[in-house]
Amino acid sequence: MDSTRPKSETASTTAKGPAGTDAALPPAAPEGVTQASVVKKTAPKSDYKPADVSPQRRVQRSFAVRLWSIRHSRLLEWFYSRFADAFLMLHPLWKGIGYGRVEGPVKFIEKRVKGFMFDCRMCGQCILSSTGMSCPMNCPKQLRNGPCGGVRANGNCEVEPDMPCVWVKAWEGSRNMQRGDSILNVQKPVDQSLRETSAWLRVTAQAAAAKEAAKAGAV
Amino acid sequence: MISPRAPQPDENPAGIHLPLDPLPGHTSRGRLERVLRRGEFAVTTELNPPDSADPEDVYNRAKIFDGWVDAINAVDASGANCHMSSVGICALLTRMGYAPIMQIACRDRNRIAIQGDVLGGAAMGVANMLCLTGDGVQAGDQPGAKPVFDLDCMSLLETIRVMRDNGKFLSGRKLTTPPQLFLGAAINPFAPPYDFRPHRLGKKIAAGAQFVQSQYCFDVPMFRTYMQRVRDLGYTEKVFVLCGVGPLASAKTAKWIRSNVPGIHIPDAIIKRLEGAQDQKKEGKQLCIDIIDEVKEIPGVSGIHVMAYRQEEYVAEIVDESGVLKGRQPWKREARADDRMVADRLESILKDDITETQVDMVKTAH
Repeated sequence: MDSTRPKSETASTTAKGPAGTDAALPPAAPEGVTQASVVKKTAPKSDYKPADVSPQRRVQRSFAVRLWSIRHSRLLEWFYSRFADAFLMLHPLWKGIGYGRVEGPVKFIEKRVKGFMFDCRMCGQCILSSTGMSCPMNCPKQLRNGPCGGVRANGNCEVEPDMPCVWVKAWEGSRNMQRGDSILNVQKPVDQSLRETSAWLRVTAQAAAAKEAAKAGAV
Repeated sequence: MISPRAPQPDENPAGIHLPLDPLPGHTSRGRLERVLRRGEFAVTTELNPPDSADPEDVYNRAKIFDGWVDAINAVDASGANCHMSSVGICALLTRMGYAPIMQIACRDRNRIAIQGDVLGGAAMGVANMLCLTGDGVQAGDQPGAKPVFDLDCMSLLETIRVMRDNGKFLSGRKLTTPPQLFLGAAINPFAPPYDFRPHRLGKKIAAGAQFVQSQYCFDVPMFRTYMQRVRDLGYTEKVFVLCGVGPLASAKTAKWIRSNVPGIHIPDAIIKRLEGAQDQKKEGKQLCIDIIDEVKEIPGVSGIHVMAYRQEEYVAEIVDESGVLKGRQPWKREARADDRMVADRLESILKDDITETQVDMVKTAH
């Protein structure tokens, strides 16, 4: 539409004249073609063309470990509950040193371990045990409550055609788990202010507080 | 003489743009909730949003559906393509008495913007809101945009439900007047993981969904299986299910949709049937009517959602020929009796060249 308009009519609000010319924009799509495909076609060509669409996919090239973790979700569920108990037992130690001081090293380990196992994105509010050990933050839409409507017939992602849908895998993983039905709980929106913090320490501190409250209630 | 306009169902006598009287058990003051709760088979459709700043474009596109649908979806940049906003379209439609369903996609706005839009939309008379996650930005004509996805469809539903029922923002701050809304969501029974899909509907109901519209249904047996599962889980008592249907323009379009639009499942039999037809467009319409005939008989289906992108003129024919309304006429925009009287009066003053004397006027007045 813009290209058919005479240049003299182009209104400008700046003293210099129009800020950008139409030449900088892709041409308007002809009948029967979508503007999206025109934009794709007219995009500047270069030898370097990134293979993937979303940053989620670019960070992690292979899904082998992630898929192994989902296949062994039952084992990991068992292991995590022991691990969480051990972490809780160490609560006096964490408190003695100071949660603030241990945050650095714990986060360092947590990020690497969970990053290797689940391609963790450090959202800081881990819900892996409710999502069949498939990290929902790897979904390009970062959905935390189930798959979107765009899942391909082969079970792959709409945005990343060669990535298995995080939520298809989550459903499979949750079916192996003892408390797999927690996938049916409605999750709260992500608190963005907790990004890059340790979920392990947060869960431990909360569990310790709950334990103390229960003890105080019993007495 | 002017015959007074017959009163229409679900209309505020004080003005078509005003909300309806609240009814017990209803959470909104809109027409769609009344139709559904009365147990009538509802018909909704989608307005193709204009790429324009002219309100007439919206009115002209809405006029096509007059008297055939109970509510009109105002899409929120569907397919991640930029168009007039759903809030804007809803503001225009409510002025004219239509019942829009405001779609809210999580792709473009964060929770602060969305909660503000919910209040703004409700204040303008929007009674229905549909909570969606939204397509990824890579699908649209501006793939370089930042995907927001701050909330997802489920937490969006819950956010609006809390605003409505508890009168609070997500932060807990109080609203002086909570919005009165009928909350909707989308379902796609035609995409994997198929076992999870009915449970996902359960999650949406728990989060606040009162009605759901489905993705295009071209595979009736698959939809029937899904509905069976949903009935077994007891969800059809808690939610109104509207089945999404629509005409395919040709076999070529169907193939294009199948390979380019994720989430739409078109079986081979459908494409074969279209290819075999003389007039593919007509066959596409007939196919849509045949699907409606089948899905309307499935227990638990409370209505249909007709999506006829760029074939909007067929919506009336499809609704008429499928006979889903059973003789009922949904609300239709008509001039009120007093409006028409003024219009007729002005018309006669302008067109009829009468020079009346004061004496004549007094004579006709008696």
